[in-house]
Amino acid sequence: MDKKPYERVGLTFEEYERIVKMLGREPNGLELNLYGVMWSEHCSYKNSKQVLRVFPTSGDRVLQGPGENAGIVDIGDGLAVVMKIESHNHPSAVEPYQGAATGAGGIIRDIFTMGARPVALLNSLRFGELESDRTKYLFENAVAGIGGYGNCIGIPTVGGEVYFNDCYRGNPLVNAMCVGIIRHGDIKRGTASGAGNAVMIVGASTGRDGMGGASFASVELNKESEEKRSPMQVGDPFLEKLLLEACLELFETGCVVGVQDLGAAGLTSASSETASRGGSGMDIDVSLVPRRETGMVPVEVMISESQERMLVIVEKGREEEVTGIFKKWGLNSSVIGRVTDDGMLTIRDGDEVVGSVPAKSLAEDAPIYYREYKEPSYLKQVGVLDERGLEVPDDLNGVLVSLLKSPNIASKEWAYRQFDYMVRTCTAVTPGSDAAVVRIRGTNKAIALTADCNSRYCYLDPATGGAIAVAEAARNLVCSGAQPLAATDCLNFGNPEKPGVFWQFRQAVSGMSEACRALDTPVISGNVSFYNETDTDAVFPTPVVGMVGVVEDISHITTQGFKEEGDVIVLLGENTQEAGGSEYLKVVYGLERGSAPKLDLDREKRVQGCCLELIRGGTVKSAHDCSEGGIAVALAESCISGEIGAKVELEGCGREDLLLFGEGQSRIVITVRQSDLERVKDAASRFGIPVTVLGRVRGKELIIDIAGQRGIQMAVKDMETDWREAIECIME
Amino acid sequence: MKFGVVVFPGSNCDIDCYNALRDVLDQDTEYIWHRTKNLGSYDCIVLPGGFSYGSYLRGGAIAKVSPVMDRVVEFVESGKPVIGISNGFQVLVESGILPGAFLRNNNMKFICENVYIRTESISTPFTNLCGKGQILRIPIAHGDGNYYVGDETLKRMEENNQIVFRYCARDGEVTDASNPDGSLQNIAGVCNREGNVLGMMPHPERCMEEILEGRDGAVIFKSIINYLKGGAVNG
Repeated sequence: MDKKPYERVGLTFEEYERIVKMLGREPNGLELNLYGVMWSEHCSYKNSKQVLRVFPTSGDRVLQGPGENAGIVDIGDGLAVVMKIESHNHPSAVEPYQGAATGAGGIIRDIFTMGARPVALLNSLRFGELESDRTKYLFENAVAGIGGYGNCIGIPTVGGEVYFNDCYRGNPLVNAMCVGIIRHGDIKRGTASGAGNAVMIVGASTGRDGMGGASFASVELNKESEEKRSPMQVGDPFLEKLLLEACLELFETGCVVGVQDLGAAGLTSASSETASRGGSGMDIDVSLVPRRETGMVPVEVMISESQERMLVIVEKGREEEVTGIFKKWGLNSSVIGRVTDDGMLTIRDGDEVVGSVPAKSLAEDAPIYYREYKEPSYLKQVGVLDERGLEVPDDLNGVLVSLLKSPNIASKEWAYRQFDYMVRTCTAVTPGSDAAVVRIRGTNKAIALTADCNSRYCYLDPATGGAIAVAEAARNLVCSGAQPLAATDCLNFGNPEKPGVFWQFRQAVSGMSEACRALDTPVISGNVSFYNETDTDAVFPTPVVGMVGVVEDISHITTQGFKEEGDVIVLLGENTQEAGGSEYLKVVYGLERGSAPKLDLDREKRVQGCCLELIRGGTVKSAHDCSEGGIAVALAESCISGEIGAKVELEGCGREDLLLFGEGQSRIVITVRQSDLERVKDAASRFGIPVTVLGRVRGKELIIDIAGQRGIQMAVKDMETDWREAIECIME
Repeated sequence: MKFGVVVFPGSNCDIDCYNALRDVLDQDTEYIWHRTKNLGSYDCIVLPGGFSYGSYLRGGAIAKVSPVMDRVVEFVESGKPVIGISNGFQVLVESGILPGAFLRNNNMKFICENVYIRTESISTPFTNLCGKGQILRIPIAHGDGNYYVGDETLKRMEENNQIVFRYCARDGEVTDASNPDGSLQNIAGVCNREGNVLGMMPHPERCMEEILEGRDGAVIFKSIINYLKGGAVNG
């Protein structure tokens, strides 16, 4: 059966009727396409907007919350951090190298569009289990794509996370985060105002690549999408490097009124969103847009997603300043129209008007859906875990080795070695510790950065899992010596039209919101990626949390490695015996069930507060949070990083395996000098948190005794080999 | 005494070299735009790392025809010191100022990590403050650092003491395992016959402060300063 024109652009009949009503007439073909891309979930957030309102988005330090190209948070000294995370999942599933590369390219543009110098990239990657050639191909090429782009443009890729789970086999997730630094007075916004001001397109020329990418990203992938598929966007990091330098040079002239990058929905979104934000209209002529292909019709120019382009609104009469700077950098810059005061986005092709609709109707008037939601039935089954049926393994050393070799825990060096994480010479803590730390030149400060989400917890309990993602991100920052300031989120879910998926989404957002409130880390930017499912299954709910914190003095920077023979190892928080959702259950028993670990946000806040106070007081020599693999893996990682052993005694009765490998929350392992132990106990008592002396840094082995019995005894060198080489062995 | 750091479109370690010289070593330093026609006021030129012209075709292949390179050739002929780091080394090789050529790293991947290099020649403007055989811990970050040179040229280079650095193990032994990219005979840095041009793949500018990757890189720039001040070149 033939599809109706509105169906071909991804709209429903009701949405089409809404457009007709708003315009008072039928849209022409070009106009219909504009609504198709702008009212896609990717651009309009029509399915998620209502839910996202529960996020806390303001605070004393927030200079820009959601709704702009990126969020901004104050770090003092007149400086601020600009940050955002964004998904590029669907393109990466089709062509992983270019998908990941253009994901990095897009998020970098979002940062310098705000006027900031990008200083760091992070990523959050998820693939199927590293078994099939296809999955290895996706992993290998997504990593290469991120490196290919970031290395060339010269922005260090300083951190991130990689997880492997069967639920991502058909739907890999590639989320890219970028962070920039800006002076408060230099902030630019994506606003078009001042009738008569020039609308200029700068950077790359426009081709047919990535046409309709926004609507492509808003449908489930199936056989049909192969046919519907438009040519992939192709990244050119060299061109973006020139664009970055040219834009930052341009902003210094003061002639720029507003600026926005051309991302999803290309010129359509950039023109309608800037006009809408400014309460203006815009009159543009597509025949003036520099092209790289012949025969392009107006609609193709309007929805092309060719990379490395920006829309700049320039004060009338100062157009030549722009041209001069872009010419110096060897780049295009063309006046394609003017800002108007009629609120209309009018599109011409030479002399002929080919479309004219209210800019606001494209940018802001998409319908808002209140999707049905219902607790999915799988939860009842997976929530049940009978621990009595699980025998405690005899060989706990063997379990530790399996965990250290599990790709979810093993060193990600195979990946990050392909990223230039040092360029710009500011990376004080390189990948592999709890958080990356980047110093701020001209100050004594640094920022700490992380991206976190344990999606298995979210699968078992989206609300708790969402809250844990926030808590763990903040904990990682604290362990590195930073005060957490703000979050950016990338919400990766299945098809929101399915009540079970939408229930997960609502739950996750509500859990995250609660944690963000408790830990005082407002959400300042973010991205929603739905439809991450194939014909069979949706991905686990995966709300990735990117977070930034400020290290007030670079002397506070702390890493996870044990430092010195004789230091005392102390646990802040409590060692529980929670099996649910653990990597241990998955690796040893092949189970992904049980309850997600409990999270007491009040306890979490106090553990973090205590740790940070001790770090700032100069007491803490190493700090590491306990996450996947529990306290045993945390201790092993601190030994490996510090190239030194430890002798530890765990208290508690009950199952040794769960004492070692359970994933209870709100735990941080620190080391201190013997002489500082009383200060630690005092602080813990003031903060009202449990504190336990676990043992000492010592020798060349990790030894863990449990209630007087030997549990673990392994040479640090052997653990390191298992942990460091696991992923490389699989990939090579 | 004035240093100049060349900026090609796509250079991205220009700022790092500039900061290392100006902020860490307190030297008068300027950027040199690739269209510059006069290098008369400089005492040392730095060709920094990065991806000049996107490293399209080959690393350095387009940069070599950049206007500034004619001036760099004259600068070299005048006997003043020039150091090319990473992509800067590739530019020097592509221009024929230094011998050899670069292949993809032998694992076909970009590699960023700390490595060790052994100082093979201390009789250069760039290594005169190094001890004989001094081992430096220093980062690399490249995808095309697999150095190659023909047998005869290599023999001549060895006779002329042109091999300045080799990749080595922590203890200084030159082994296959310590060779990160497959470079011929673990070569990490070479100089020209006259000794006033050094090309090296590792990044000394990245390890000049304790908060970063240690301070082993500083000795190279300090050697240049020592040389320019009239300090003796060993040997």
